[in-house]
Amino acid sequence: MIPLQAAIMGLVAAGALAVVLTRDLVRLTMASSFYALLLVVLFLVFQAPDVALSELVVGAVGFPLVIVVAIVLQRGG
Amino acid sequence: MTRQTRIGLFAVSAAGLAALLLWAVAGLPDFGHYRGPYGKVLNSVAVGERHATNVVAAVTFDYRGFDTLGEEFILFASVMGVALLLRHERGERERLTTRIHSDAVRLGGAGFAAGLLALGLYVVAHGYLTPGGGFQGGVVLASAFALVYLAGDYRSYRALAPIPAIDFAEGAGAGGYAVVGVVSLLLGSAFLHNFGPLGTTGTLASAGSIPFLNIASALEVSAAFLLLFTEFLEELAVTPGDG
Repeated sequence: MIPLQAAIMGLVAAGALAVVLTRDLVRLTMASSFYALLLVVLFLVFQAPDVALSELVVGAVGFPLVIVVAIVLQRGG
Repeated sequence: MTRQTRIGLFAVSAAGLAALLLWAVAGLPDFGHYRGPYGKVLNSVAVGERHATNVVAAVTFDYRGFDTLGEEFILFASVMGVALLLRHERGERERLTTRIHSDAVRLGGAGFAAGLLALGLYVVAHGYLTPGGGFQGGVVLASAFALVYLAGDYRSYRALAPIPAIDFAEGAGAGGYAVVGVVSLLLGSAFLHNFGPLGTTGTLASAGSIPFLNIASALEVSAAFLLLFTEFLEELAVTPGDG
């Protein structure tokens, strides 16, 4: 394992811990989309650009947008 | 159950789980030593057989094209489910008055949205040449319209997004993928078998029927995500009707 691969795996592990430990819903949405960005870098480092693109569009765009709307609706507009 | 027995039960099961996990990890192949021969075979034959320089696209739209058909319909069915649940009689429009007032944000957002639209079209069009393709490009296309809402307001989103065409585009994309498969059958080969001239490797006119499947899935995915955004934003924008 080269240092770059080890570094990004460590960052992903830290990001996953941050997602699990976040309690506030809005912060959780931001933490999980940031975690998705870390995964994008991980896939890129391991030379899987197609998977990185899919993770980017779903994890950092589609998922947070739907969750944010759901949070707003649940709080009553 | 007392606290002590619960902790004891947890300790025993956690230790068992940890032991099983360690056992499984110890049995994994060494780092970087992938054992499946399938990927290596495809990497060496795909460019010659299909004239597609992105082997991932050759797998998703050709060698494993049938799997992608299933995935298309999973997305189609789940987005239809969202539309069925959320679409109801709508009352007064324009409840959502929140809009971005900063001219800089609106202008920057419009610029980014235009760039995203161009990027999405690029990622779709070159799907079988470089990383990307119908799925990734389709979501980028839909997110360009989402950005119009985020940096502007709901009215501009409704004005710019092709709302009346979305339902049709989603059905046409999902159905079009299956139609390409049926064309293969009519030409006398297996369902979704690659047909058509393979063209020059590395140019847009290559890879046989992969470009058709690529465009069909781009249509399906971009319409599905736009429909999802529209239905969710409509929930925010419109007060429920009496019906």
